[in-house]
Amino acid sequence: MKHNLRTILLALIAGFAGLVVLVGYFIDIPLLTDLRRDFLRWGVLLSSVAIMVGVANLFQVHWRRVRTRQPGGMYSFILILSMIVTLIIAGFFGPTAASSQWIYNHIQVPIEASLLSLLAVVLTYAAVRLLRHRPNLFSFVFVLTALLVLLGAVSMPQGMSIPYVADLRLWIEQILVTSGARGLLIGVGLGTLATGLRVLFGVDRPYGG
Amino acid sequence: MNTDLLAFAFILLFGLLIAYQSVRVLRGHRPLLRSLAAFNQLRKGVGSSVESGKGIHISLGYGGIDGQKGASALIGLSVLHRFSRVSSVSDTPPVITSGESTLAILSQDTLRSTLREIGELEQYDPLAGRVSGLTPLAFVAGALPQVLDEQVSLNVLLGHFGGDVVLLTDAAGRMKSTTLAGSDDIAAQAAIYASATQPLIGEELFAAGAYLGAPPAHVASLLTQDVFRWIIIVSILVGAILKFLGFL
Repeated sequence: MKHNLRTILLALIAGFAGLVVLVGYFIDIPLLTDLRRDFLRWGVLLSSVAIMVGVANLFQVHWRRVRTRQPGGMYSFILILSMIVTLIIAGFFGPTAASSQWIYNHIQVPIEASLLSLLAVVLTYAAVRLLRHRPNLFSFVFVLTALLVLLGAVSMPQGMSIPYVADLRLWIEQILVTSGARGLLIGVGLGTLATGLRVLFGVDRPYGG
Repeated sequence: MNTDLLAFAFILLFGLLIAYQSVRVLRGHRPLLRSLAAFNQLRKGVGSSVESGKGIHISLGYGGIDGQKGASALIGLSVLHRFSRVSSVSDTPPVITSGESTLAILSQDTLRSTLREIGELEQYDPLAGRVSGLTPLAFVAGALPQVLDEQVSLNVLLGHFGGDVVLLTDAAGRMKSTTLAGSDDIAAQAAIYASATQPLIGEELFAAGAYLGAPPAHVASLLTQDVFRWIIIVSILVGAILKFLGFL
């Protein structure tokens, strides 16, 4: 792979900044700690600017969809209109004003809550479909465990209970799920560390160099 | 011993081992990697989408890059870098959605630098890397039209997602398009296992580079992860035995 001067320079800057923040986190040297704090402040500032760039990008994507009359362009038009109205109201009255909060509490929250409730249905449907698409032992165990946990969590009419299911659910959650999740998290943690170090070494350059 | 220094020593040792394994790989050591169907299908899926003139949708999730969640999105960017070169010859260029602004900027930059490398910069569309929403559910809702697009035959979802990823994988299933998905989140992994055609579970996500022909450091870091995984397993077992025997 060809490496030009720009690539090397970018990798050096990124590696230096990453190394200062990493070492400054563990070793308490005043110069290093100050540098680390400054780098993190710059990072926070740049992230804030990036949010504005993101909003502009969102606007551009949907504006193009409206302009070129793509399918679903009407939804994009509603999004742009909502974006402008919210921006005007929150910009004029402030984000904590009653009118801004009304938009959040009466539009954003109910829409997201309804989408969230849809998740339960889609997940159950996906679990059932799993048996059809991938009929093997693991899929069977997956669906059976999901059913047992659901049965153990459901509230039964007074005086009725399925024997042992609540205990079984507790055992699944406390022993099987916890140990399995810890095993997965160890793998994820090691993978995260390896990815971070590769960026620090300049092997992975997500900044396009 | 100071736990901070212990953690620093752990990271230092991890880094040194990656460097050592990289030298070994560069000198010709080729470890045998177990076959992962998901990556074989990914290669096939990219090839067939180019042949059929259909597009690829890559989603980087909503984790950002300034925390632990960022590593999984960096893997997504690495995969984007490897495949944007191939998919740029397709009639339909790849579309990259993310739920965080810095990820969208990085995806645009990755796409642009890849096209510059192959001398096709005029094909670059800055809106191919896009923010689909700035909250998790808004992101999923905004990415759904890409998944439901008939011109998309392959969905690659690599990054930080929650259980809400099932809305994307389920939609892809209904469109009969191939979906390779992986996340660092446990709830998302369960949802992905149930609904994606090619799920990546646990650390399989972080092995993407090694399987897709990235630089030797990817294979080296995979070997290092294996060494440290065994060290952790042995430590846990020894600790459990010592505790059982009453020494801890």
